[in-house]
Amino acid sequence: MSQIPQNRIVQWIEYRLPIFSFMDHHLIDYPTPRNLNYWWNFGSLAGIALVIQIVTGIVLAMQYVPNSDLAFDSVERIMRDVNFGWLLRYLHLNGSSMFFAVVYIHIFRGLYYGSYKSPRELLWWLGLVILLLMMATAFMGYVLPWGQMSYWAATVITNLFTAIPAVGESVTRWLWGGFVVGNATLNRFFSLHYLLPFVIVGAVVVHLWALHVHKSNNPLGIDLKGPRDTLPFHPYYTTKDLFGLGVFLLVLALFVFFAPDELASSDNYIPANPLVTPTHIVPEWYFLPFYAILRAIPDKLGGVVAMFGSILILFVLPWLDTSKVRSARFRPIYKQIFWLLVVDTIILGWVGANPPEGNMILIGRLATAYYFLHFLVIMPLVGKLERPRPLPESIATSVLGGGGAAAEAAANKMEKA
Amino acid sequence: MRGAIIAAMAALWALAPMGAVAAEHELPSRDWSFEGVFGRYDKAALQRGFQVYREVCSNCHGMRYLAFRNLTEIGISAADVKAIAAEYEVEDGPNDEGEMFTRPARPSDLFPQPYPNAPAARVANNGALPPDLNLIVKAREGGADYVYGILTGFTDPPEDFDLGEGMNYNTVFPGNQIAMPPPLFDKAVEYADGTEASVPQMAADVTEFLAWAAEPKMDERKQLGIKVILFLIVLTILFYATKRKIWAKAH
Amino acid sequence: MAETAPAGGPGGIDDGTETRRDFLYLATGAVTVVGAAAAVWPLIDSMNPSADVLALSSTEVDLAPVAVGQSITVVWRGKPIFVRHRTEKEIEEARAVDVSTLRDPATDAERVQKPEWLVVIGICTHLGCIPLGQKPGDPRGDYDGWFCPCHGSHYDSAARIRKGPAPKNLYLPPYAFVEDEVIKIV
Repeated sequence: MSQIPQNRIVQWIEYRLPIFSFMDHHLIDYPTPRNLNYWWNFGSLAGIALVIQIVTGIVLAMQYVPNSDLAFDSVERIMRDVNFGWLLRYLHLNGSSMFFAVVYIHIFRGLYYGSYKSPRELLWWLGLVILLLMMATAFMGYVLPWGQMSYWAATVITNLFTAIPAVGESVTRWLWGGFVVGNATLNRFFSLHYLLPFVIVGAVVVHLWALHVHKSNNPLGIDLKGPRDTLPFHPYYTTKDLFGLGVFLLVLALFVFFAPDELASSDNYIPANPLVTPTHIVPEWYFLPFYAILRAIPDKLGGVVAMFGSILILFVLPWLDTSKVRSARFRPIYKQIFWLLVVDTIILGWVGANPPEGNMILIGRLATAYYFLHFLVIMPLVGKLERPRPLPESIATSVLGGGGAAAEAAANKMEKA
Repeated sequence: MRGAIIAAMAALWALAPMGAVAAEHELPSRDWSFEGVFGRYDKAALQRGFQVYREVCSNCHGMRYLAFRNLTEIGISAADVKAIAAEYEVEDGPNDEGEMFTRPARPSDLFPQPYPNAPAARVANNGALPPDLNLIVKAREGGADYVYGILTGFTDPPEDFDLGEGMNYNTVFPGNQIAMPPPLFDKAVEYADGTEASVPQMAADVTEFLAWAAEPKMDERKQLGIKVILFLIVLTILFYATKRKIWAKAH
Repeated sequence: MAETAPAGGPGGIDDGTETRRDFLYLATGAVTVVGAAAAVWPLIDSMNPSADVLALSSTEVDLAPVAVGQSITVVWRGKPIFVRHRTEKEIEEARAVDVSTLRDPATDAERVQKPEWLVVIGICTHLGCIPLGQKPGDPRGDYDGWFCPCHGSHYDSAARIRKGPAPKNLYLPPYAFVEDEVIKIV
């Protein structure tokens, strides 16, 4: 316990609940690869984003009223009359966008560096579970202000459940608590929206537990060979994470204070009207790619299957990827395929933002097809056929001097930042 | 390779229309006093705009969240606010006899609605429902420019345009036909501060007022924002310097 | 389990004992603490009464319609306020009481600003019930004031506790005459 004071109180607690040695082992002395680049900051940022959402959410819940007659007005009261209510509301609204941005980058980091590969398959699955929980939470959260977009997004998405064969209608009615989205739906969405973030906390705890078994992956994708490969988490990565936090807060602050409604739809400032559908129902930006996939399939059930499938397919990724090499740094073909996937998801997002007319339909279908092609066909093939570059001996030799090709030296430039 | 992909994405982005449907016509783009990082509401304009709302718009359009006490935020004194409130009657009760009664409004009361409910509003307006204006600037694509555009966009319809019964031609409203007749005409209002009440002037003032009504906390938000951003820049620099110092040992 | 390379404490001197803290770390720590406090404040302040609640925190009462001998009840911050236009008899009775015999001593003059107007918070100081005596026909207790039916506290015509379990006189709200016949309860 290098940095924890060894006094009597500490010893008294430690003997009964070894919390100090636990903190030391997992947060302070914890061995972390010494070559992590800034793409590894996004995990801690996701944790921070979760805390921000929970804290602002709890305080907002003290003022918000989950009744369809009062919800919209209660949000406006928060914006106008509650001390700093506008700040809390905009933090919560933009915080959710930041949360998804950070998590998406975190996931793509995993895709690039092969963090989903053995022995981290369960870690990867837990992450996907967190993503699914986040999506459910965000979806329900957006319904709560009871604006036009809240109401109609809820209607469109819950209507998807009617696609389930045989029991679809009853399940949907059960979800709604009525025959359409209404007060019953709003109230239960509020209850679940309050609950799920704590389920996410639980999933995050298990996610970190799994992480700590085999430790973090690293940009070289090679296993830890010895103590020279790592640095203690504190003070190296605590300080690096704090810097990342500063940048994260700056971006969040720019949105909250100077463009708070930029990412949201202006239609949501119109109170929900069950008799008037907005011209273009658009979900929040972080759902756009999935929305595009949903609409790409002409069949309702098929669209739902494809939309959920686009995430479920990630569960089997560790087996779809046949390469023995983890990091895309040493996989020249896969590296380019990865960027094609990034472009594809951005195209899907753009398609989701636009009405499904004209060329947009074709583009959406092609982009959806390519998405599944990437995972089901391209990755298995590339893994088998590609000739990876030679891996360095160890992290230490690669970082601290000695061996490694020019590629390593160039790659290491990022780490020295 | 990566550069080529990014360039291609940029090209796609530029070519395609994003998001909601674009306005029918070019929106007149004004430089509003409250735009930008250092933009703030112009209190004189807000007061003129309130006068326009009160004398013209409030006959048909309600302001659901506006309380008389909020007017102190646009520079009207507490005493004047009390006097303005007292000019209006609001319903209160029930009294001890179980009856509802009316009394003069107080600063803590909300502005009375022009109609008791939506069907009553429709009956009085040929079936059209005048929307509540409290959030109109935030609830429309184009925001203040859109609202200003509507108010100044009334003209005679083009030769071949099929104008519906009781409708009015407007260059900005989607579909170009709006149920509202032009609400502003030259000198419709006599400004207390003597400003000439042309249609563009009144439109700009009432739009500024409506922008404030949609977001009364904007000034506070931007002011706090500047302080927070500066603080975070300092903090992030400190974090970075600390990180570099710690990591110097590792290299 | 891979062990870590020796890290060394912040400050650079790796001799294991408490080192001098570098100014940079101190500055960073201090700025962080200030930032954290500033970040926490809005969360706490949002729980304070909001602007719409504060707007109702003061009530103006027009006394003109209240005839002599009549009492009205108004609401101030959610609490009932008894406003009584006292008769000469009630004022005399209140003044005649020997203050040293009172459980909660107070002269009549201390409890009113104008003798004919008594303004008190209508909540019994025992356990919070609302005493009777505002309406004609209400029992007023033995001292011509108010009577609390919950546990039998009697208040006199200056709303002072005379009999029964209540420990204190009915509380006085902060008020001022803004006009001859208008009070503002702050």
